[in-house]
Amino acid sequence: MARFIKILETLDRRWIFLAMAIAVAGPIIYIGITGKTLPEKSTPAASAVYNAIEALPAGSSVLLSFDFDPASSGELTPMATSLVHQCAARGLKMIFIALWPLGPQMIDETIKKVIRADYPNLIEDVDYVNLGFQSGNESVMKVMLTDFAKAFPISASGSAVSTIPALRGIARVGDFPLIITISAGYPGAKEWIQYVVSASGGKVKIVTGCTGVQTPQLYAYYPVQLTGMLGAIKGAAEYESLVNASLASKDPSAVVPAKYLEAQRRMGPQLGAHLLMVSLIILGNIAFFAQRREKARVNS
Amino acid sequence: MKRLIPMWIAIIAGFAMLFSAFFPHTESWGEVFGNIFNVVAAIAFVLGAGSLAKINLAKVSRRDAGWGYAAITLICFAVTLFVGLGKIGVHPNPNPQFAALAWSGEKNSEGSVFGWIYKYGLVPITSTMFALLAFYVASAAFRAFRAKNIEAILLLSTAFIILLGRTFAGVVLTGWLPEWASGLRLENLSVYIMQVFNTAGNRAIIIGIALGVAATSLRILLGVDRSWMGSRD
Amino acid sequence: MIASSASVIAAPTPPSSVTATDVPWDSGGSVTVSWISSVAGSNGLVQAQWRIERREIINDQLTAEIVWIKVADVPADQMSFDAVKLALDHAHVFRVSAVDAQGVGSPSSESAPVFAARNFFVGTKIQLFLGILIVSACVIICILRARAGHPVKIRRIAALDAVDEAVGRATEMGRSILFVAGIQDMDNIQTVAGITVLGHVAKTAAEYDATIEVPTSRSLVMEAAREAVQASYMAAGRSDSYNQDLIRYITDEQFGFVAYVSGRMVREKPATCFYMGCFFAESLILAETGNSIGAIQIAGTAESSQLPFFVAACDYTLIGEEFFAASAYLSREPDQMGSLKGQDFGKLIAGTLIVIGAVLATCVALWPTSAMSSALSFLKGALGS
Repeated sequence: MARFIKILETLDRRWIFLAMAIAVAGPIIYIGITGKTLPEKSTPAASAVYNAIEALPAGSSVLLSFDFDPASSGELTPMATSLVHQCAARGLKMIFIALWPLGPQMIDETIKKVIRADYPNLIEDVDYVNLGFQSGNESVMKVMLTDFAKAFPISASGSAVSTIPALRGIARVGDFPLIITISAGYPGAKEWIQYVVSASGGKVKIVTGCTGVQTPQLYAYYPVQLTGMLGAIKGAAEYESLVNASLASKDPSAVVPAKYLEAQRRMGPQLGAHLLMVSLIILGNIAFFAQRREKARVNS
Repeated sequence: MKRLIPMWIAIIAGFAMLFSAFFPHTESWGEVFGNIFNVVAAIAFVLGAGSLAKINLAKVSRRDAGWGYAAITLICFAVTLFVGLGKIGVHPNPNPQFAALAWSGEKNSEGSVFGWIYKYGLVPITSTMFALLAFYVASAAFRAFRAKNIEAILLLSTAFIILLGRTFAGVVLTGWLPEWASGLRLENLSVYIMQVFNTAGNRAIIIGIALGVAATSLRILLGVDRSWMGSRD
Repeated sequence: MIASSASVIAAPTPPSSVTATDVPWDSGGSVTVSWISSVAGSNGLVQAQWRIERREIINDQLTAEIVWIKVADVPADQMSFDAVKLALDHAHVFRVSAVDAQGVGSPSSESAPVFAARNFFVGTKIQLFLGILIVSACVIICILRARAGHPVKIRRIAALDAVDEAVGRATEMGRSILFVAGIQDMDNIQTVAGITVLGHVAKTAAEYDATIEVPTSRSLVMEAAREAVQASYMAAGRSDSYNQDLIRYITDEQFGFVAYVSGRMVREKPATCFYMGCFFAESLILAETGNSIGAIQIAGTAESSQLPFFVAACDYTLIGEEFFAASAYLSREPDQMGSLKGQDFGKLIAGTLIVIGAVLATCVALWPTSAMSSALSFLKGALGS
């Protein structure tokens, strides 16, 4: 036991890194081979996102702001995929914008993965439009509040916004019945709430998908300023399972493609990592208390 | 004079931004100063890039320790700049809307070298750096989370509830609890902790930060605090 | 002869009393159009919508043509509509028609012309404006009192007291000080606060003859940091020791920047690391790397999501407003100390309102009386929610 305590006290952190690698890689390999995922029960915040989109009548316009880059795509791409999947299945008009410079790439990937692959009947500029990136962070939001076309004058394909059928009836950001922001930091969900929701007197409805680190901060705004929230990969997994269950009820024979199971697949490695962290905390405290006892014994 | 002019620029710009939020006739002032900042920041990039090039070139020429890193930095900088500005690999006229304009395609369009660098260079590297967080958080948890006192014990208990409640382990451990005790299930407890305790703490911190920002901004706007220009006594 | 049995269905009846009024206390371009419904479904069909139209006069060289442009179709149960983005230079006239399954009915009579005037003040922001005035008044009064000689007592902030010790440690060990002012630009108040702290730390470093290195993530921050550090070195009488190449721009890319800083820390092993500014995901990487090299670390940020990482890995952390108080605390100037007291009054007001609101909401939930409910509604309305 004393030797074990000594090992814990002098443990090189690279052993911890190795343990974490195994805790994450193991489930990835297992899930990759078997395809099994863990069941997910959704929390109110994730259900609120699903319900907010379900409540929109077909043909409504929805603004999707891709405020993230490849660094956080591990957490946010699965929720982006499912959000676009639900919007496309509901027949909503999707307006894509980005406030991060690398956001347009994320939009292109999602459009290619979901819309072009599974909804080829959707026509660009009629059923969905990619307005690309606009620099200026919250200044863009302030401009959108009064004049959407001034903030995004042309689409990514070069068409003037006034000529795009999907944007008919949209004069300002408040004309969207729902705004979805997929947020990794700044500018992100917090800025949307501060500069759009608060500035419009709470009339604008926003739901967000955000990284785990932002979730505690954004809970302060839920559910008044923020109608719904997908917090981290857990929120993405809950939402994904809601969307897949809803679409499966319409077509029980359809097999869910792997791209719509990504968040649920990543819950396996998350379980491994969390169990490892709990174990490490327990082991660390064992070493701490043993050290304290030894000091007390020496002092006495 | 060297400190007076920047101070007055800060004061005028600050009050213009403030007024533009409340008085419609001054709405455009805020936009003007916002645009001025964007232009200045873009021009400043030239200074930054120049400094980067100068320092790394000096390191390479002096063969200082780690000069190899400096050489790689310079090569990557030059190559990315060249392929981006030159639109290497971009189809000359991919956009029929601008058929008369050669090289109207995006620098990072499919098949371009810039797009290749983004997809096979930047994306894997930034994802890897982000993934480091998982390893570092494990080593931080092992080293730092000690039950030294009552507050630390409370913190650890909360950490356990959240860590287990946010995964399937929480369902396995407490899913058997009857409906009347469902509030004690780990997944429900973790939601309760986030929605009540965490929200209360975060709101308090946010209010304090907002007041701190307001007071700091006011000090700068009134010219009381000039230490952002450098200490002078 | 065969009699015709077909009957003609009448067009839906237009509304009456169509009025257009300028939206008060706004930034202009908005008019509220309201009307009174006629008997709905008087033709036997269910009315679906109201159509609002605006008159536009198109001036040709010879003639002026009047056209009616559709503004919006609103549901039948709505009796008003806010028309926006209207021109400010001429008056606007509106009319409303009923729409049912048969089509659009005859339009109502026109509203009186109205200008979508730009008002002096945006009324929806009155609570925010008053809040700013109150907090500003508290701060200014406290500054004036401090100038008049009233003593200002500020609690000890351990992280700021440790600055001298941290710089001294670097001098003794013969190693450098690393200062990271966040990853945002100069338009972020946290970066400005970070540069402010840099000025103080640089002056101490100059006095102790320690090397201070400042990698930056934005070019503008590099320039501001150079100005701040140079001024500090000059103030300390050590302008010959100032080396501008130690304050350098790295990259705007978040993880590229942290990769450089981490690599630098592992190779150069600075004795002291300061992280003062706006940080995001890279905060844990920086703090853990600093911990692994045995550096003393002092962090300060207003990003509440990153505070836990700094608290876990750094020796001292300035939490939120403590970070903004750093400049006042380190300089001990009466004006700045007075502003901290003013900020505290703002917190007192916020705390009092929270307690009153929480007590009222609890009373309304437990003993719902009309007086309590009115008081709570008044408080919510006054605070703009």
